[in-house]
Amino acid sequence: MTIQEIENQIIEEFEQIDDWMERYNYIIELGKGLPLIDDAYKTKQYLISGCQSQVWLFATYENGKVIFKADSDAIITKGIVALLIRVLSNQTPDDIINAQLDFVDKIGLKEHLSPTRSNGLVSMIKQMKLYALVLKSK
Amino acid sequence: MNIPKIDIYNIRKDFHILERIVYNKPLVYLDNAATTQKPKVVIDRIVNYYENENANIHRGVHYLSQISTIAFEGVREKIKTFLNAVHNYEIVFTRGTTESINLVAASFCDKFLNEGDEVLVTQMEHHSNIVPWQLACEKKKAVITYIPFDDTGNLILSELDKFLNNKVKILALTHISNALGTINPIKEIIARAHQKNIPVLIDGAQAVAHLKVDVQDLDCDFYCFSGHKVYAPMGIGVLYGKEKWLNLMPPYQGGGEMIKTVSLDEGTTYNDLPFKFEAGTPNVSDVLGLESAIDYIINLGIDNIRFYENDLLAYATLKLKSIKGLKIIGNAQHKASVLSFIIDGIHPYDIGTILDKLGIAVRTGHHCAQPVMDKYKISGTVRASFAFYNTKEEVDMLYDALIKALQMLR
Repeated sequence: MTIQEIENQIIEEFEQIDDWMERYNYIIELGKGLPLIDDAYKTKQYLISGCQSQVWLFATYENGKVIFKADSDAIITKGIVALLIRVLSNQTPDDIINAQLDFVDKIGLKEHLSPTRSNGLVSMIKQMKLYALVLKSK
Repeated sequence: MNIPKIDIYNIRKDFHILERIVYNKPLVYLDNAATTQKPKVVIDRIVNYYENENANIHRGVHYLSQISTIAFEGVREKIKTFLNAVHNYEIVFTRGTTESINLVAASFCDKFLNEGDEVLVTQMEHHSNIVPWQLACEKKKAVITYIPFDDTGNLILSELDKFLNNKVKILALTHISNALGTINPIKEIIARAHQKNIPVLIDGAQAVAHLKVDVQDLDCDFYCFSGHKVYAPMGIGVLYGKEKWLNLMPPYQGGGEMIKTVSLDEGTTYNDLPFKFEAGTPNVSDVLGLESAIDYIINLGIDNIRFYENDLLAYATLKLKSIKGLKIIGNAQHKASVLSFIIDGIHPYDIGTILDKLGIAVRTGHHCAQPVMDKYKISGTVRASFAFYNTKEEVDMLYDALIKALQMLR
């Protein structure tokens, strides 16, 4: 699936849920489900530190696609990380670099991506695009 | 003697913002250590100033300038009385506590700090009472040392004499910790520092709204506070400094007001206190707003406020302690207003996010006190901080919201 297709799928899923608390329950479930990054990668080297919650990110390159693995110590952040991985992982570097990620706003989570939130998500997205750029040139 | 109760329901009517709805829920504002809400009289004062009085002050010869000057200098006199300072020229208006501390750190250290000297702070300071000193020490190749605190949240004063050595040029410490709520025994600490001829700066940002401050009784050399933490506007604060120090310290910012004469050829001479430290057009409207806020709390009675808030904090502490896995950070015997806590296995960010959606405004994270978090080896806390317009019902709502958040997050 393309990035846009996955984003649309996510938007549809969230549109089914009216209630704010139910949306957060869903995000929390997603966070609980994200495959935990191997402990080997939960080190300073892979840490995208936010002020409040931390995010670890690891990328590999297989068959022209970038595969991301990530984790966070805060479960809501982790749930949003899960959504971002779903959208951006297993895509080509160019598609990742050009992704607008409008879906975050459309599902009402824009506040979590505000730079002032300091939860590591904004930095993580930057880092994901940087990985894509670097791996593309290899 | 019966202390008259705070008439909470009438008082809340003075604060329009407390009626706000957020996410279809009533706002429960428990982030007063970050900033306080303003009573209508404060807001009206500012509006009235701009609608009827506004003019630049001190040098003008016209009517509006004169009434504004009188009003402005009247506040200086009022703050002098509020803090029980000796002279009104010991009261300098700044942008806030951070600027007050930066002023002293820059100006005092410029004059008195030398290579190899020490600046003593504590482990529980807000970054605003750490970083300006670090900057000053870097400039002069001096060293920052700090008094540690124990797990309860009390400074380890048995070690104090060890820290008060002859290399220390100034001690800077907080009156009330914004992360822990601890009220430090500053009078005692100041006396001990003075025995070694060490001047003391007190960060009073969290204090003036919650207890009486008497700078003569404390004998502190500097005392700083911010208007916005005491029901006054943002962008205004006070630096109290003993005359002897302020006279010796060089200017901090240059410009109009702080000069006597300016000459491109012969240099510049500086104005007397307090104007030497008040460069540029002052924030007149917010000084007047500050006056209204001070009047408001004097009218309520600072003792009444203290009594009410202590009761509320005790109620909240007991209630929250009953939650399984909740640990209070900062358990000093003498505390004010602040309730910081963590919950086993759950990140403060998650708790704060869910509480927000339930209308409860608290703060999460390190609260600009990273050394405090480092000591407990945690990333941050959830902090509820109370003011006299908060109620037990609001504490109950916080409790219910926490239970709900835990159901979702566990």
